[in-house]
Amino acid sequence: MRQILSLSPLNQRRLANFRRHRLGYWSFWLFSVLFILSLFAEFLANDRPLLINYDNSWYVPVFTSYPETTFGGMFETEAEYKDPAVQELIKEKGWILWPPIPYRFDSVISNLDQPAPSPPSKNNWLGTDDQARDVLARLIYGFRISVLFGLVLTVLSSLVGVAAGAIQGYFGGLTDLLFQRFIEIWSGLPTLYLLIILASVVTPNFWWLLILMLAFSWMALIGVVRAEFLRARNLDYVRAARALGLVDLRIMIRHVLPNAMVATITFLPFVTSGAVTTLTALDFLGFGLPPGSPSLGELLKQGKENLQAPWLGITGFFAIALILSLLVFIGEAVRDAFDPRKVFVAEKEKP
Amino acid sequence: MSDSPLLEVKNLAVRFGSGTGAVDAVRGVSFTLNRGETLALVGESGSGKSVTALSILQLLPYPFASHPAGSSIVFEGHELIGAPAKTLRSIRGNRIAMVFQEPMTSLNPLHTVEKQIAETLYIHKKLPRPAVRQRVRELLELVGIDDAERRLTSYPHQLSGGQRQRVMIAMALANEPDILIADEPTTAVDVTIQAQLLKLLADLQQRLGMALLFITHDLNIVRKIAPKVAVMQKGEIVEIGPTSRVLKTPSHPYTQRLIAAEPTGAPSVLPPNASEILKVQNLKVVFPIRKGIFNRVTDNVVAVKDATFTLRTGETLGVVGESGSGKTSLGLGILRLIPASGRALFDGRDLLKLPNSEMRAMRRHLQIVFQDPYGSLSPRMSIGQIIAEGLVAHNIGDKNERESRVIEVLREVELDPDTRHRYPHEFSGGQRQRVAIARALVLKPRVVILDEPTSALDVSIQKQIVELLRSLQQRYNMAYIFISHDLRVVRAMSHRVLVMRRGAIVEQGAAETIFTQAKHPYTKALLTAAIDLKAVTDGTVRQ
Repeated sequence: MRQILSLSPLNQRRLANFRRHRLGYWSFWLFSVLFILSLFAEFLANDRPLLINYDNSWYVPVFTSYPETTFGGMFETEAEYKDPAVQELIKEKGWILWPPIPYRFDSVISNLDQPAPSPPSKNNWLGTDDQARDVLARLIYGFRISVLFGLVLTVLSSLVGVAAGAIQGYFGGLTDLLFQRFIEIWSGLPTLYLLIILASVVTPNFWWLLILMLAFSWMALIGVVRAEFLRARNLDYVRAARALGLVDLRIMIRHVLPNAMVATITFLPFVTSGAVTTLTALDFLGFGLPPGSPSLGELLKQGKENLQAPWLGITGFFAIALILSLLVFIGEAVRDAFDPRKVFVAEKEKP
Repeated sequence: MSDSPLLEVKNLAVRFGSGTGAVDAVRGVSFTLNRGETLALVGESGSGKSVTALSILQLLPYPFASHPAGSSIVFEGHELIGAPAKTLRSIRGNRIAMVFQEPMTSLNPLHTVEKQIAETLYIHKKLPRPAVRQRVRELLELVGIDDAERRLTSYPHQLSGGQRQRVMIAMALANEPDILIADEPTTAVDVTIQAQLLKLLADLQQRLGMALLFITHDLNIVRKIAPKVAVMQKGEIVEIGPTSRVLKTPSHPYTQRLIAAEPTGAPSVLPPNASEILKVQNLKVVFPIRKGIFNRVTDNVVAVKDATFTLRTGETLGVVGESGSGKTSLGLGILRLIPASGRALFDGRDLLKLPNSEMRAMRRHLQIVFQDPYGSLSPRMSIGQIIAEGLVAHNIGDKNERESRVIEVLREVELDPDTRHRYPHEFSGGQRQRVAIARALVLKPRVVILDEPTSALDVSIQKQIVELLRSLQQRYNMAYIFISHDLRVVRAMSHRVLVMRRGAIVEQGAAETIFTQAKHPYTKALLTAAIDLKAVTDGTVRQ
């Protein structure tokens, strides 16, 4: 583990090469900033205020729910901050700090001056959808859920895929043979139909989709990892490790895996963009996340159904295009950074 | 015309790259080559021998490589540096031909022997088809390939290493060149074949009257083949002159070092009561050949058959033989790194029958050092981690104790202990081999299998490693199984010698007996070929 923390010369060179790839490097930063911002979506787009000063005490409705009676109202239920009456009550004895976008992904705007979907306006920067919900708020939450889904699926399928590929490549022989045949059969199963069947049995949510997608996406990395292990298991230093009396697991993790990691890491951005695309496609078809969840696919679907409201389709399109392009650019930069020949070219260019 | 030399290299320099990152691979090299003369270029790897040869044919990767001003290569009055491509093409392969080190990669695997040789004839001589075929046959006969007619249609993979190198020579000779450049032509082949090839080259040179520029790292070959020698070090010729003078009374310190570097000496005397530590009985290593969709075992390749020998504490057993004779399989089989059957009794316990967990515990007593110091160290671990790996595996000591053991063992293999935080790629081949030895040594093993530990190293480093191994053996009373094809190194190391051929042990006995009065004809042939570089036909397969 130490060489990951204190970068070895090789990794330093890789980092320098990654930086050298301008497009990918800036894509990486832009993507990271967008992703981190979206993680705090509740502070950016919410129908509860960030902070309330009422009667000289502080209230944080983002985190805790207060009954309306706190602010001198009548109801014991949670305060409806969007209600002008409640706002009046608070403003009498204090002030309210709203997030930049005062809507959540599921807040229905009741006081629209046009029938939904309404076009972009001062209040709704990207307009509203056909259920009178703010598109920008839905976009922020949808971006978060898509990227999170992509990342979690990538991490999990890499873990499973690397482990499976490692076992096949390292032990070879009959293990490899049987495992490969199993993968051939398994990859022949139609994922989409399984999802449709699942949708009729349970209500698909984030985790159901993740598990089902994971069951098929782990095979993406098997090829490269298995090949790397097959190659490395007869290398002298792996033989030397066996001669030292190391157990198989330790040989696999310490001596062979680092070699396979290069191929794996190179693949990761592409696996992520694949996962994002799949989730979007499922939502678009209506087999994805439960109704009402913010999702890019659902936004596209609305755009298709409401051609008279082009802001829906255009927003969805640009959001998807941006995410996928950024991921692919990052992927290219990572691939170049790990390419030993690129290193050579880059070094030669140095004055 | 007859007075001026055939080839005159004056003040040749080769620079790779440009600006501050430039490397001068060759500096101020001058020599001449007359018609019918043989000049040997000797030096260690990286000394610029091959680069010099390639620049004569202008085959370097220009413009990445360049010749700074003042360099001159004159062939029969023509300047070759900067000559137009057309002139160079008419000289390459026609007037100056080259034979490369690795015959497998120098031949196109998709072309038949006939096509490969005929190509140069079509290009330079523009002969009609039947005449070309006739000429190719003559050439194959000239280089001593049996059954030349049948071999015309063979592909490179159907030929043995020696035959391939003969084909390469035939290609080079096709247009009766004035100069033949041979770049380590015998390094990739076995000693007996090497002797045959050297004899062939010498014969051909006499018969055809060519000049021969012979590049090698082996002083024995120089002694045998070249009347004139140029010694190169770090891109410069440090000494040039008649071979007999240079090798007998070398004037330059580097030449003196090179000559002194030949492994000499003998192993320490073994106490007569040394106990038996390893007893191998009827060890057999078999590689199955599988065919068909069900991977049925259709046939077996027997890599080692019925090997029986004993090893005593503190003793070195040399295992010699040509490539493919099963030496390495024998070593790996004893350690169960490849499947083997038979018995290998270590301290009275059969290694081949131990359960896996007990075998793992046993491994600390039996260690191995591999041939290739570049492949045997994990590139992503620091030297300290590599050496400590065995201690971790056997739960020896805590973190601090491991660290101090690593430092101690690095001192023992004469490396600076501070280097333990560095990575293998920062070390030279000789240093890496020391690290590999340290990794084996840190477990204080009782038997070490050394699988060609010196063959990937330069001669001067070889000697150091041999001396290191000998002194470590004395200090720790370890037993070595020393696998090598280099009989001179084996002689300097071994108490007893075991000769293998095609998987079988043909002869074994005390080293001195084997080296002075071998009984088996194969051993005799091997010894003559290796030590006197004489081709002996009986007892060997002529290839």
